[in-house]
Amino acid sequence: MIFDNAPALVVIFPLIAAITVPIIGYYNKRLIPYYVTLVIFCSFIFSISNLRTVMQTGSISYTMGGWEPPFGIEYAIDYLNGFVSIVVIFIIFIVSIYAKKSVEQELPGRTINFYTVFLLLTAGLQGLIVTGDLFNVYVFLEISSIAAYALVSVGKSRDALMASMNYLIIGTVSASFILLGIGYLYMVTGTLNMADLADRLPLAFDERPKVVLAAFAFFLVGFSIKVGLFPLHTWMPDAYSLAPSAVSAMLASTFTKVAAYVMIRVMFTIFKPDFIISTVHAHTILAWLAAIAIIAGSVLAIAQTDFKRMLAYSSVSQIGYIILGVALMNQIAMTGGVIHIMNHGIMKAALFMVAGAIIYKTGIRNINDFKGIGKTMPYTSAAFTLVALSMIGIPPTVGFVSKWYLALGAIEAGMWVFVGVIMLSSLLNIVYFWRVFENMYFYRAEGGKVDEVPLSMLLPILILAALTFLLGVLALYPLKEIMAPMVQIILPG
Amino acid sequence: METIITIKPLLAVLIPLICAVLIIFSSKHPNIRDGWSVAAGVVLFLTVLSMLPDILAGRVIQFTVIEMLPNLPIKFKVDAFGELFGLTSSFLWIFTTFYSIGYMRGLKEHAQTRYFFCFSIAIVGAIGIAFSANLFTLFLFYEVLTVSTYPLVIHNETPEAMSGGRKYLLYLMTAGIFLFFSVAAVYYYTGTTDFAFNGILDGHGIPVVMLKILFITFMIGSAKAAFMPLHSWLPSAMVAPTPVSALLHAVAVVKAGVFTATRVILYVFGVDLMGETGIGLMMAYFVCITIIVASFYAMTHDNLKKRLAYSTVSQLSYIVLGVSMLTPDGITGGMLHIPYHAFMKITLFMCAGAIIVTAKMENISEMKGIGRKMPITMLAFTVGALGMAGAPPVAGFVSKWFLLLGSVELNQLPILIVLLASALLNVAYFFPVIYTAFFQKPDKELTFGEASPFMLVPLTLTAIGSLILGIWPDAPYLFLELVNVAVRNVTTGGI
Repeated sequence: MIFDNAPALVVIFPLIAAITVPIIGYYNKRLIPYYVTLVIFCSFIFSISNLRTVMQTGSISYTMGGWEPPFGIEYAIDYLNGFVSIVVIFIIFIVSIYAKKSVEQELPGRTINFYTVFLLLTAGLQGLIVTGDLFNVYVFLEISSIAAYALVSVGKSRDALMASMNYLIIGTVSASFILLGIGYLYMVTGTLNMADLADRLPLAFDERPKVVLAAFAFFLVGFSIKVGLFPLHTWMPDAYSLAPSAVSAMLASTFTKVAAYVMIRVMFTIFKPDFIISTVHAHTILAWLAAIAIIAGSVLAIAQTDFKRMLAYSSVSQIGYIILGVALMNQIAMTGGVIHIMNHGIMKAALFMVAGAIIYKTGIRNINDFKGIGKTMPYTSAAFTLVALSMIGIPPTVGFVSKWYLALGAIEAGMWVFVGVIMLSSLLNIVYFWRVFENMYFYRAEGGKVDEVPLSMLLPILILAALTFLLGVLALYPLKEIMAPMVQIILPG
Repeated sequence: METIITIKPLLAVLIPLICAVLIIFSSKHPNIRDGWSVAAGVVLFLTVLSMLPDILAGRVIQFTVIEMLPNLPIKFKVDAFGELFGLTSSFLWIFTTFYSIGYMRGLKEHAQTRYFFCFSIAIVGAIGIAFSANLFTLFLFYEVLTVSTYPLVIHNETPEAMSGGRKYLLYLMTAGIFLFFSVAAVYYYTGTTDFAFNGILDGHGIPVVMLKILFITFMIGSAKAAFMPLHSWLPSAMVAPTPVSALLHAVAVVKAGVFTATRVILYVFGVDLMGETGIGLMMAYFVCITIIVASFYAMTHDNLKKRLAYSTVSQLSYIVLGVSMLTPDGITGGMLHIPYHAFMKITLFMCAGAIIVTAKMENISEMKGIGRKMPITMLAFTVGALGMAGAPPVAGFVSKWFLLLGSVELNQLPILIVLLASALLNVAYFFPVIYTAFFQKPDKELTFGEASPFMLVPLTLTAIGSLILGIWPDAPYLFLELVNVAVRNVTTGGI
C-alpha cells in the first residue's frame, strides 16, 4: 500500500518534483504551476493519512530503507508533528494556487527557478516536521533555509538582495549553533535518534552536565533565531516585506512555525519538561522573552507605514504568543501555543496574500494610500477585515481560541502579568489593524469601479478567511481529538 | 423552572443578520433596501414578542447553537430580564429605522447602504446580548456591537468624526479586552460561564480580594454603560448622525452596557455574594457620583446633543444604582428604568434630530421660539424631559419611585438624597431648553415647520409611549410585569 510509506512520501513527493520541474518546464512552461499544486496536494493527502494513522493506531515509526533505529534514520510521527505537518502543507497548497498569477507578474520568465526552489522549501519543511533524527533536522533545516534565502533574494526591489544577505548570515549563525548543539549531544550520548537521545540524556547529564547544558543553550539560541524571537528577529521584517508576495505568505506562515515546532520537539521530547523546569529554568526566561516579543512586536508594527512590514512585525509579536504558550509549562497554555501555530499560520498567510493582492492590482504598499480600496477590491477587503478581527481576538474566530487558551494558561500558571501582556497586545493589535480599516473604508474616498484580483488569487484569500471563522466555531473537534492527546504526550501532567 | 427549547432566540438574532445581507445585495435600489430594514424590524419584534407569554408564565426559553470550546457553548437563553431588553431594543429599532430613513434621505447622506447594513448588525449585537445564556456568548455579541457601531459613529468621515470614532473604539475595545479577561477568569474558577439566578461565583472559595478585582474588571468591561470615569466616549460619539445617537443611547449600546453590568451583578455574582462582600453597596455609592457629576456636566453644554449625552450618562447610573441596592424594589426600579429611559431618551434624541434637519440648529441658545414653529416636536421633547426629571405621569416617575422605595428599604439616606438632588438637577438643565423654545422671542423670522412625517410620527409615538408607561405601568404584558418575574427569579434563586 502506498499509504504505508506516507511518512516518507510527504517529503519525497515535493523533493522529486523539485527536480522534475525544470524537465517539465523545458517542454511546457505553462504546466508547471498545475504540476506543483498537484504534487503539493498529494503531499497534503499523505499528511492527512499520517495523522489518521496516528489517531487510529498511535505514533508512527517509519524506518528509512529498513534500517532499524537508532542506526538508521527514523521518521517519527505523533499527534504534534502530524498536526503541524497537515497545517503547513495545507497552507503551502493554498499558497501554491495563489502563487501562479502573482509569480507571473512579479517574476516574469523565472517561474521554473521559482517553483523548483519553492518545492525544495516545501520538502525541507516537511522533512523537518516528520523526522525523528536530530541530524536529519539539521540537514532539512539547511535545505529549507537555503531555499528561503534564495526565494527572498528574488524580490522586486534591489533591497531584497540585502535582506536576503542579512537573512543568510543570521540564519547561518543560527544553523551553526544548532549544529554545535547536535554535536555536543552526540559527543555525550553517541546517538542522534531523538527517542534514543531522550533515553540516554539523563545519564549523560549526570556524567557531563556542562556539555549537556551548553548543548541546550546552543539549541535555545539557535532556534530562537530561526523562530524570530525578539530581539533575534532582525532578519524577519526585511525578509518578509521585500520577498515576492507568495514567498512572504509562505515564509511567514510556515517557516517560523516549523522552527517553533522543532523547538518544542527538542525541548519536550529530547530534554524533558522536568529538565527545563527544575534544572535550567529556561521556561521563565523564554516566557519573559515571549512577553517582550509580544509587546515589542506590536509596538514596532504600529510604527510602520509599509503594510507588509507591519505584518512582519505583527509576526514577531505572534511568535511571542506561541513561545509564551510553550513556556508557561502547563497543558492549557501548551494547547494555546500549539493551536496558535495553526491559527497564526492561517491568519498570517491570508494577510500577506491580501497585501500581495493589493500590490498586484495597485502597486500600493503604504497603508496611508489604501483609501478607496474597500470599494475597488471589496472581497479582498472583506477577507482582510475578517482576518484582522481574528488577529484582534474577536470571537468566534481562531484568534479568540488562541487568546482564550493562553489567558487561561497564564492564570493557571499564576502569572497574572502575562494575562496583562495578552490584554495589552490585543489593544495594540486593534491600533495597528484599525488604521488599515480606516484607510480602506473611510475618509470618503472616491469609489472607483470594482477591480478585483484574478480568481486564482482571490479564492485562496477567501478560503483562508473563511477558515479563520470556521475553525474558530468548530474548534472543539481539533481540540478534543488532536490537542488533548498531544498535550498529554509532550507535557504529561 | 421549566425550560422550553425552541429555535426562536436564534431566529431573533438571524433575522437582522439576514436583513443585513439583503441590504448589501439591494444597494442599488434604495426603496427595496430600506424596505428590508422595516420588514426585518417588524418580524424581529413579533418574534421577540411571541416569546413573552411563556416568559411571563415563569418559563425560560433556551437554544444551544454549538459548543465552540469545551464547556463554552454559543448558547441562547431567554429569561425575563433578557426578554425585557430584547423587547425594548426590537420595538424601538422599528422607530429608529423609520426615523433613519427620514433623516438620511432628508439630508441626502452618503454611504446609506453601509449605514443601514451596520444598523442591522448593531441590532444583531443587541439582541444577541439580550438573549445570551452565558458570559461567553454575551462577550461575542458585545464585540459585534462595538465593531458594527463604529462605522455609524464616524459616518460623516470628517477629521472630527474620525477622532471621535477613535475614542469610541479605544474605550469600547479596551472594555472588550477587560471583559475577555473577566470571562476567562470566571471560567477558570467555576468551569462554566452560564448565568444562574443565584450567581455562579458563589461557593467556589474565591478569595474576596479576587472577587473585588474581578468585579472591577467586569465593570471596566461594561464601559458601554458609561460610568464615570469611563464615560467620555459617549459625548465624543455625538459626532454621529442623530438617529445613530438615538440607537446608541436608547436601543443598543449603552443599554447593552447596563444590561451587561446588571447580568454581572445579579447573575454572575448573585444577590447573596454581592451583599456578603459589600460590593453591592460600594457600587451603589460609586455610581451616585456619576449621577450627580454628569448632571453638572450636562448643564455646561450648550449643544443639545451633548447635553442629552451627559443626561444619558447620569440616567444610566440610575439603573446600576437600583440593581446594586440588591433589594426587590431597588432592582425593580433599576430594571424598569432600562425600557423607560429608552423610550424617553429616544424621544429626546429624535426631537433633537428633527430640529437639526428642519431648523438646522444644534445649540440650545439658538433655539429661541422654535416651539411655535414645531409645537408637536417640542411637546414631545417636554414629555421626555419631564420623564427624565421623574415627574408624573411620565414613565420616569415610576422607575424613580421604585428607586426611592429601594433606598428607603435599604435605609440609606445618602442615596435618597442623591436621587432627589438629581431630579432637581434634571429640571435645571432641561427647563432652559423648554423655556427657550416656547417663551423666548426668535431673533429673526423662522421659516420652517414641522419635520417630515418619517421623523415626526416616530417621535410622537415614543412620547405617547412614555406617557402610557407612566400612567398605566402595571398594564398586562407591559414591562412592569416582566420585571416582576425577573426580580422574583433573582431574589429567590429561580425557584
